[in-house]
Amino acid sequence: MTETTAAAELREPPRPREVTGGQAQLGRGGDFFLRSILPLVLALGTGAIILVAIGVDPIQYYKDVYSGGVQFAAWQDSLMRVAPLLLIAVGLIVVFRAGIWNLGIDGQFLLAAAVISGIGSRFEEHLPNTINLLLLFVIAGAVGAAWTIVPALLKARYELNEIITTLMMTFIGINLAQILVKGPFQDSSTTTPQTRAFDFTALLPSIPGTESTSRRWPGVHVGLLVAVAAAFVVWFLMSRTSLGLRLQVLGASMRSARHMGLDVPRLIIVAFLLSGFFVGLAAATEILGVKGYQRADWNPAFGLWVVPLVFLARLHAIGVIPYVVLLSLASIGGDYAAQNAGLTPQFTLLLVGLTLLFMALTEWIARRTAGGSYLPGASYRRHRAEGAG
Amino acid sequence: MTTVLAATGVFSEQALTALVAGAILAGVPLMFAALGELVSQRAGVLNIGLEGMMLMGAYVGFVAAYHGSSEWLGFGAGLLAGAGVSLLMVLFCVRWGLDQIVTGIAITLTCEGATALIFEAEFAESRPTLGATDKVAIPGLSDLPVAGGKGESNGSIFTQPLVVYLGLALAVLVAWILRRTHMGLNVRAAGDAPGALDAAGVSVFATRSWAVLFAGALAGLGGAFLAIVGAGLFQDTIVGGRGFIAIVLAMLARSRPLWAVVGAMLFGASLSIADWAQVAQINISTDFVFMLPFLLVLFVLVVFGRRAYLPAALALPYERGTR
Repeated sequence: MTETTAAAELREPPRPREVTGGQAQLGRGGDFFLRSILPLVLALGTGAIILVAIGVDPIQYYKDVYSGGVQFAAWQDSLMRVAPLLLIAVGLIVVFRAGIWNLGIDGQFLLAAAVISGIGSRFEEHLPNTINLLLLFVIAGAVGAAWTIVPALLKARYELNEIITTLMMTFIGINLAQILVKGPFQDSSTTTPQTRAFDFTALLPSIPGTESTSRRWPGVHVGLLVAVAAAFVVWFLMSRTSLGLRLQVLGASMRSARHMGLDVPRLIIVAFLLSGFFVGLAAATEILGVKGYQRADWNPAFGLWVVPLVFLARLHAIGVIPYVVLLSLASIGGDYAAQNAGLTPQFTLLLVGLTLLFMALTEWIARRTAGGSYLPGASYRRHRAEGAG
Repeated sequence: MTTVLAATGVFSEQALTALVAGAILAGVPLMFAALGELVSQRAGVLNIGLEGMMLMGAYVGFVAAYHGSSEWLGFGAGLLAGAGVSLLMVLFCVRWGLDQIVTGIAITLTCEGATALIFEAEFAESRPTLGATDKVAIPGLSDLPVAGGKGESNGSIFTQPLVVYLGLALAVLVAWILRRTHMGLNVRAAGDAPGALDAAGVSVFATRSWAVLFAGALAGLGGAFLAIVGAGLFQDTIVGGRGFIAIVLAMLARSRPLWAVVGAMLFGASLSIADWAQVAQINISTDFVFMLPFLLVLFVLVVFGRRAYLPAALALPYERGTR
């Protein structure tokens, strides 16, 4: 396994490992069901069993999730939750496809959020609203990207494991965000450690048609459109451009990428910066579209939530949209359902974790029947082995 | 005059003793978890589920200590709970060769959800707490100033719960086993060259399984320590990212257990300094103090470390017959 001479490389039997996966014996539909639907079904089923075990009616619970996440104006909250989650997912897809683990999402997210909520409310008086919002989006993206530079450089230049460095950067980022919120960005009119709230009119405008006073719809902010656009951009980037191809080659095998003469360090840095940029945008949609200010102890920890979805969607930037919508619905509706059933909202976390476990399991079955794997693990494993060789 | 008083207050024996005691109290759970993670990493399994295992250990340990009114019952139960959760990792990652990072994240999320759920269901109203843990004062040494800690509420270096001394002894033992014994060689081979270990007739699966179980057990024990000795209560945020910190510590220790202990204590010290500074009314942000260890480590990595050593086959599932 650690033998990585060129001869051994040649002897390696060709295995179908491309990202789209081979469908040798299983039809496309069966494969899709096994890898992308079955884990969800199994997780919901197990969740139902757990609910019964603790004496909660599972049918009522799942009904509440639906009504709390969709009915009345709740669908608007769910759609607004889609924006940050989708942007994070898109950012993860870029790095995962390049075979890199960016586990520092929460630090990038919170730091970007802290910076724009801190400076944004000071800009708003001096700049026209549209320019202010655009500027804040760019700044948030830049902060998110900047927070990946250290892990990116360390990996590109010294092949330092990015799991350690991104995890460390996330701790530093979270604490730094708190320092910023409590210190320079503190709202002087309150003792609560939080930034000054944006003027309501200075927040992201609603998508036309989603606002309705008669139906009590507050409106869905345009951040959702930004997120959907980002998903299409990343899909185009990864599947239709040479940069996307180069990133995928890097993800498939770092050694091949080197042999092809690709500038591997530069690709690593580009992948990291892109992912940080999208995570920063995610923070902007949440702050400028929903929150309007940031409290020091606010940490939605979206990072780990999104990882399973990205895999379920097989790292497909557009394919991930329905999963993100489902998760948003589950997280908004889950809070309501949990409250109704007298449970903790953490129950949703349990469902997400179970989905991921079952996904790993069905992936194992699918690999035996259909072959192929879309997990970055496959490429990760190889480039670790190569790095050691 | 007041400044003099303040100065003697902050640097008084009592305050310094509290500082040392706080460092140990915060460092010991990290030490246990990092020690386990280190062995697991050395055997080639990157255990990202450490956070979940600590949380499960904290919950089960707390409940056992509460109902059994014995801290040892709690520690034992926490240990078993952590090992139980790591069975999932053994099955998924060692047996079936599934992706270790995906499985680890899944375990962490599931445990976060599960412990919060059961705790709320069981203790929603009562929110019980545990009493103080018995401490062992080492004769003679415990009379020393600052380091002794006899009669202090949190003790000091030479007045600690027995489990702390056992943990330190375990760290030395693990260091010795990894370096000097056949078993240690097997563990290291499972991480560096699993093919060679298999060829030598030793089961890679068994070696890695035991290593993962050991990591889970120690993470569970660390969690139980947090809940029983550290906080005296359970809440769903009790572990608060310490599992991930332990993973980083284990990687930075470069598979030398005693470095993991030093790292854990250093980290504990920075947490303790934050409290101490608050008491001393020194105007320093606690967030900044929490950041310090990581900043320090990053600085060291950038300037000196460059290539952190990791086992060659880390996070690689072993499949017999594939080269």
